[in-house]
Amino acid sequence: MSNILIQERSIVIPGETLAEGMDYLPGDNTYREDDKIYSKILGLANISGRVIRITPLGGPYVPKIGDKIIAKVTDITMSGWRAETNTAYMAMLNVKDATSRFIKKEEDLSQIIAISDYIIVMIINVTSQNLIDLTMREPGLHKITGGRVIKINCQKVPRVIGKQASMINMIKEKTGCEITVGQNGLIWIKGTPEGELNAEKAVKLIEEKSHLEGLTDKVQKFLEALA
Amino acid sequence: MAYTKRVDGRKIDELRPMDAKVGVIPNADGSAYFKMGNTIAYAAVYGPRELFPKFLQDPKKGVIRCHYSMMPFSGSGERIRPGGNRRSQEISMVMNNALEPVIDLSAFPNAVVDIFVDLPQTDAGTRCAAISAVAMALAHAGIPMKDMISSVAMGEVDGTVVADLNYDEESYPAIVSDIPIAMTHNTKEITLLQMDGEISKPQLMKALEMAKLATEKVYALQKKALLEKFAKE
Amino acid sequence: MIVNKDTISELAAQNKRLDGRSLTEYRKPINVELNISWTAEGSSKVQIGNTIVMAGVKLSIEKTYNDTPNEGGIMVNAELLPLSNPDYEPGPPSIKAIELARVIDRGIREAKAVDLKKLCITPGEKAWFVIVDIITINDDGNLFDAAGLAALAALKSAFYPTVNKETGAIDYKHKTKEKLPLIKEPLPVTIYKVNNKLLVDPTLEEEGAYDARLTVATDDDGTISALQKGGTEPLTAEEISQIIDLAQAKARFLRSELDKFLK
Repeated sequence: MSNILIQERSIVIPGETLAEGMDYLPGDNTYREDDKIYSKILGLANISGRVIRITPLGGPYVPKIGDKIIAKVTDITMSGWRAETNTAYMAMLNVKDATSRFIKKEEDLSQIIAISDYIIVMIINVTSQNLIDLTMREPGLHKITGGRVIKINCQKVPRVIGKQASMINMIKEKTGCEITVGQNGLIWIKGTPEGELNAEKAVKLIEEKSHLEGLTDKVQKFLEALA
Repeated sequence: MAYTKRVDGRKIDELRPMDAKVGVIPNADGSAYFKMGNTIAYAAVYGPRELFPKFLQDPKKGVIRCHYSMMPFSGSGERIRPGGNRRSQEISMVMNNALEPVIDLSAFPNAVVDIFVDLPQTDAGTRCAAISAVAMALAHAGIPMKDMISSVAMGEVDGTVVADLNYDEESYPAIVSDIPIAMTHNTKEITLLQMDGEISKPQLMKALEMAKLATEKVYALQKKALLEKFAKE
Repeated sequence: MIVNKDTISELAAQNKRLDGRSLTEYRKPINVELNISWTAEGSSKVQIGNTIVMAGVKLSIEKTYNDTPNEGGIMVNAELLPLSNPDYEPGPPSIKAIELARVIDRGIREAKAVDLKKLCITPGEKAWFVIVDIITINDDGNLFDAAGLAALAALKSAFYPTVNKETGAIDYKHKTKEKLPLIKEPLPVTIYKVNNKLLVDPTLEEEGAYDARLTVATDDDGTISALQKGGTEPLTAEEISQIIDLAQAKARFLRSELDKFLK
């Protein structure tokens, strides 16, 4: 006899019992002990068929190959740039992955990307110890100039982007800003000062309310009230 | 039994009034406030982040590092000199041990999760309030945990086992023992156990049994505070 | 990690800020809570925007100093808790903490805010000594102003503890109804120069982008009791004149905010 003890989209805390019996399967952020399934994190319950998953409400960014992130350059080495990624781990951008242009051996790398510059990059490798390699040689990847960079809870990034980028496109359209969302929770916004501020407020609204129903409506109302 | 009426009129298994809040320190990755009677603890969690010095790193998993500290004006007597002492170092260590069993940082090799607890006012049970606050802050920070940890000091005052001693009971003119305990919620395993004073084995076992119900009350409040943080507007 | 230094500077040139405030506008809310610590003789918690600090007053009876046999003493200490900012580390006070403590200390000491003679119990023997500890809970910039406000609020809320007449020992558990002899009420206001513009109440991000700052402590009638210039860029005499005018006006504003919570 199996029993599910929580409802779809209910908030659960670490150690909370989600289901009893062997009919259910532990998904992401859960674990089984004997005949029970427990949550391993604070999050929203998601039941699909027999699988129970928990979507975290907060928590650290875990680097993944193919993710577009925003990083801050902290040092320049012989072979390229070292960057902070809003994680516990440093990332490397190798000279050959920074530009398609030929870089002479004696060239001053700080002329290309300086220390404390922000860069929009893609993760091309992550080791078992979470060391990260980056590339800037893909469309949409570049050094950031102007605008502002803000930081949000990285677990909310999918909600800020929305289905088929619907949410972020709505914010771009209503505020007239150029916006790039990094999977690591850093977001670059560039437009007029007022446009940037409104876009930032809209993003923060999503960060705060994304676990509630009717998010798109709330954001739409917020953006329309600005006009 | 000599001690039948508690100094502040509580029932023997009654805890002091409690209060808890989550998200009280915006800069932190997770934070919480926990009040037990007149003891107040603020906890902040930062990380996982890079761990220095490097020799402390564990290539197999992330580690936690607790820092417990009383604010200079938080003692019941004279001002406390800031900068820590042997007591605060020991408490930091036992807190680490109390929390470690439920935390899973296997996805974060070499990293550290820093945990800071500071108390603006105290009236006994400081390490217990600190642990209860930290467990909430860790959950709020999205740190993977197998279970919650809840903590209460049990004790024996003049032959009677009671829950959640306050300062007046700790200094009651009779034989008093003070037993801070932390427990996991699901398995009721004990992750913190210390004792000051004198107690017989049967009385100690009674205190451990009573602690299950006492920590259960703390757990209910921790859970409520975590859910309230994300309540519908 | 986030700085936005260039953007802050460019916006300042257009009299604008990242969060949409005017240059001379404080963040909201400004909150003052008194008696947040029952173990302190006086205490407060001050919030300006997302910056939160606490202050606690402790009193003790000590031997008077030889050069001031008729006076007690006062000292301000500050702790930048690692709990309050990811960049703060445990350990001995950083230079930032020492500067904060000393600037608040001078503002109070030099204004002769507390009548030290009234703290004397027996001339040449013993007197009350006051220590104000400032503690950061969440550092989101402008610690000087928040700390100054918290220190003043804590001093205003403090009561002497009772003293056992026979033993002379202090009973910290029981307070008297007697307040500290506070005769002036100094408040620091810090003005920041960013790209040749003056602004107040910077966020942590904005603090990463200033060229120079000047903290000006003034008492109720506008008399200056402490100054501290920070930052690597110089200030002209004309700028200093403007800064002091602005600081005096903002001190009046903070004073009226504080009054709202004292009733």
